[in-house]
Amino acid sequence: MKDKLLSLLQQNARLTEEELAAMLNTTPEAVAKQMEEYEQSGIIRGYQAIIDEEKADQDLVTAIIELRVTPKKDMGFDAIAQIVANFDEVDSVYLMSGGYDLAVVVKGKGFKDIAMFVATRLSTLDSVLSTKTHFLLSRYKERGLFMNREEPDQRSEGF
Amino acid sequence: MDYEKYLSPVANGLKPSGIRRFFDIAAEMDHVISLGVGEPDFKTPWAIRQEAVRTLEKGQTWYTANAGLLPLRQEIARYLKNAVGVEYHPKDEILVSVGGSEAIDLCVRALVQPGDEVLIPQPSFVCYDPIVQLAGGTPVIIQTKAENQFRLTPQELEEKITPSTKLLVLPYPNNPTGGVMKKEDLEAIAPVIEKHDLLVLSDEIYSELTYSGKHVSIASLPGMAQRTVVINGFSKSFAMTGWRLGYAAGPAPIIGLMVKIHQYAIMSAPTMSQYAAVEALKSCMSSVEEMRQEYNLRRRYLVDALNKMGLSCFEPEGAFYVFPSIQSTGLTSEEFCEKLLQKERVAVVPGNAFGECGEGHVRISYSYSINHLKEALKRIQRFVRQCQEETL
Repeated sequence: MKDKLLSLLQQNARLTEEELAAMLNTTPEAVAKQMEEYEQSGIIRGYQAIIDEEKADQDLVTAIIELRVTPKKDMGFDAIAQIVANFDEVDSVYLMSGGYDLAVVVKGKGFKDIAMFVATRLSTLDSVLSTKTHFLLSRYKERGLFMNREEPDQRSEGF
Repeated sequence: MDYEKYLSPVANGLKPSGIRRFFDIAAEMDHVISLGVGEPDFKTPWAIRQEAVRTLEKGQTWYTANAGLLPLRQEIARYLKNAVGVEYHPKDEILVSVGGSEAIDLCVRALVQPGDEVLIPQPSFVCYDPIVQLAGGTPVIIQTKAENQFRLTPQELEEKITPSTKLLVLPYPNNPTGGVMKKEDLEAIAPVIEKHDLLVLSDEIYSELTYSGKHVSIASLPGMAQRTVVINGFSKSFAMTGWRLGYAAGPAPIIGLMVKIHQYAIMSAPTMSQYAAVEALKSCMSSVEEMRQEYNLRRRYLVDALNKMGLSCFEPEGAFYVFPSIQSTGLTSEEFCEKLLQKERVAVVPGNAFGECGEGHVRISYSYSINHLKEALKRIQRFVRQCQEETL
């Protein structure tokens, strides 16, 4: 049941323990116990709604920032990433392979806010060599969900 | 011009499908959630689609042999040997058709002449009766019962047999009930079939979608292959409804005659679909299993939720339908469906659309995502609670 439970919760975290138990052919108690284990071991980190943020708040701007950094003897990638992650403006931080080191997703009110944040907070960090800011213009799909379109059911009914 | 006098009385006299009426109403409404479709929600597995594209790139756009591409018939024979347990000769015992529906039509046309009676257990797929009528035969309905999980019993079968009975349609796993005939159920009716020297049209289009043990074909029982035409296809198992590809396997004299009708009426099944189907049988059985598991999850979810809200249903062991009883609401099937549509904008199909004995039930398809089902169930529950309060 384990992996299937995770995939069901990823599809819809609001399924009740009873519903999940029926699907997985087990008891609600077993589902509850398994979820608790996932939470305690940190496999499940949280439960959040997937929000079309531009629709909810038209002023909101999201940027993806490429950061090139120099790890130093006393400060590796992890430590730099932690510093970046600590900013409230930062939504996500990833260590990347390829042309740059850290991908940082930043959210703010308006382009200027974000530009200022990059200029005054990120660029000034000791280990940061360069930044490249990409503003997000449109979301098409987020965590498996289509954001800007309804998928019409093209099947014909009957029979 | 008075067209009535030109129209064939048999065709003109066929009853329109009881399913359509609802969906015509539903189509006029906004925000309707449907649980009405009878086809997979999955897209055809990518490898199959890719093979069709390759076929087009190569320009393989001609007719195939009337009976179907030989490599496809060979793959079907291999599949049937494994799945049904019967060896069919690809050369003269297998026919590739335009969907399972055409194979049903061909089989009936090859066998039935005016005066012949054809036994049709109901509730079942709506096409058998009209096809028999168009062939000039007489459909004889067997009303199966909810208490038997809509299985066909030897008594029910025996009761309807007359000297004119020629053919039994065996529609399991069943649309709309989800009922299956297990091996012991088939063993119970086989002696009756033999005793009265009947032929069987076994419509096994949902054979890959069973949830408590593998599907058993009546053709696998001793002595039955010689009197059975097995009909199957790619629509439900491989999520290939739009490709229109099915097949029939059975005794050479019957298949031969079906090929003859097929070659005059159709020529051959779609070529790219046939090449794609070879790929399906060769490499996509694991996708079939993945889809089956997903259906199974939804099935358990629906059965549990419906039973809890007082729409009692037996455990459907095949296809992708649940057929709950709606008697606790005090409504007829049609009233239930109409009111559910008006009040909560959920479309389900009245059970009596599949035969009179489906009255008191509705067909709910679980060929939908969990999220879709969850929303629909919420609305159905609200509706059912209201009905139950009103009847108190």
